[in-house]
Amino acid sequence: MSVAALVYRNPTQESRATRLALTVLAIGFVALFLLLPLVSVFANGLANGISGARAALSNSDTLSSVRLTLIVAAIAVPCNVAFGIAAAWAIAKFDFRGKSILSTLIDIPFSVSPVVSGLVYVLMFGLQGWLGPWLRDHDIRIIFALPGIVLATMFVTFPFVARELVPLMIDQGRDEEEAAVSLGASGFKTFLFVTLPNVKWGLLYGVLLCNARAMGEFGAVSVVSGHIRGLTNTMPLHIEVLYNDYSYAAAFAVASLLAMLALVTLVLKSFLEWRFADEIAATHRH
Amino acid sequence: MSLMIDCVAKKFERYPALRGISLEVSKGAFLALLGPSGSGKTTLLRILGGLEFADLGQITFENQNWLSIPARERRAGFVFQHYALFRHMTVARNVAFGLEVRSRRTRPSRAEIRRRVDELLALVQLEGYGDRYPSRLSGGQRQRVALARALAIEPRMLLLDEPFGALDAKVRKELRGWLRTLHDRLGLTSIFVTHDQEEALETADLVAVMNEGKVEQIGRPDELRHAPATPFVAEFINSGKSQTADRPRLSVVNL
Repeated sequence: MSVAALVYRNPTQESRATRLALTVLAIGFVALFLLLPLVSVFANGLANGISGARAALSNSDTLSSVRLTLIVAAIAVPCNVAFGIAAAWAIAKFDFRGKSILSTLIDIPFSVSPVVSGLVYVLMFGLQGWLGPWLRDHDIRIIFALPGIVLATMFVTFPFVARELVPLMIDQGRDEEEAAVSLGASGFKTFLFVTLPNVKWGLLYGVLLCNARAMGEFGAVSVVSGHIRGLTNTMPLHIEVLYNDYSYAAAFAVASLLAMLALVTLVLKSFLEWRFADEIAATHRH
Repeated sequence: MSLMIDCVAKKFERYPALRGISLEVSKGAFLALLGPSGSGKTTLLRILGGLEFADLGQITFENQNWLSIPARERRAGFVFQHYALFRHMTVARNVAFGLEVRSRRTRPSRAEIRRRVDELLALVQLEGYGDRYPSRLSGGQRQRVALARALAIEPRMLLLDEPFGALDAKVRKELRGWLRTLHDRLGLTSIFVTHDQEEALETADLVAVMNEGKVEQIGRPDELRHAPATPFVAEFINSGKSQTADRPRLSVVNL
């Protein structure tokens, strides 16, 4: 190799061999561990042809599991958006005692096993739990019913919105809020016209990720659901039931549907990133 | 006296930022708060703007207890060091913000707001820039948008935090003279914070030299030049004599 070639090389540029090796490794890994399983899910789902998949999906238990999943996501996601914005706003824009504790608490659902998250609610609201007898006397059902499933889903998906927003809001600082207040804006108007528009893309990603996870959550929901077919089985639980019943084709058909929902989320995210690239760049610190 | 600051003190954690500041400023004055970093000048400015709270002391402005008025009702036009323009809004919407957030009762009509925005953009020599986003402007242009935005609320006082700090020397000089003219034309009471002695002495009618949370001396620029009250003032003022703002101060201190 000539000396000149070395001199002209960009200091952060690796040699061709290194670049090639890293690229192949990354693509190979993604293909083998992410793409291939996904393809096999769809392939298995369509093993009995389109009509077979359609028949599996029009089963009444399956339909009710889809309905339940959508209902749970429709309740859990908006709640977590509200909580997430509130928590992120508090952490990023105010100083108060216990702030670091709050930001640690937000991460709990990420670090705790989902099964434990589900068990927490059984311990609280189950028949043998703290509130169990009182709930039973007042004929309120939480465990093995919709409220329990929603609670467990909310617990698991809580960090998505907050985690997306906190670093963004901290990075943006408080200057613009201070400017808004000095110009006469109330706290609410400051939030609505200044804070929220500045984080709307982060918020959108948070919502999409939160939604994908809310629909796909298995562990925590499994503990509180009770697996009552046609009643408390969400899509992931229903897939497991079908699989254990040796209805492989049906299981994979429902799994394909679930995976499709996730893919739609990802495509939507990429589309929005591409469509509004200029605006996203403009709202970052210049 | 229009603005009276009486024994204002402020502590951050345990470190005192202001140790009893007293100042009197007449209406229409152009006051510079001059001092090295950490002297408490920005803290004082933020207290005047209602963005920070004093632990002790009183501030009276036009016979009102200034500290009892919440920031958003003070109509103190604040120009931030890094401008703090709303980055998701166009220049025109930035300038209009203070008018648009008013309650429906006191909000001018849409046409009136547009007229005022055009007027202000003309005032800061940015006609035709209304549709741009702040990220597409130069530093000096952003600074002028920030000023127009602060002026839109017809401020009772204008507060400027290192208004020229982030600009290069040439633009800084131009803006300085321009701001002075604007101040005289609008008859505002303006206070600006700077660590650049030349800037303070050449722009303001009155300069308060601050050091470690106290006012060392307040006076007209010529008074400070010819009769510095303390060794600190003498050193700080003299250090600026042959210096452009970009050079470190130590290199030209001659005692």
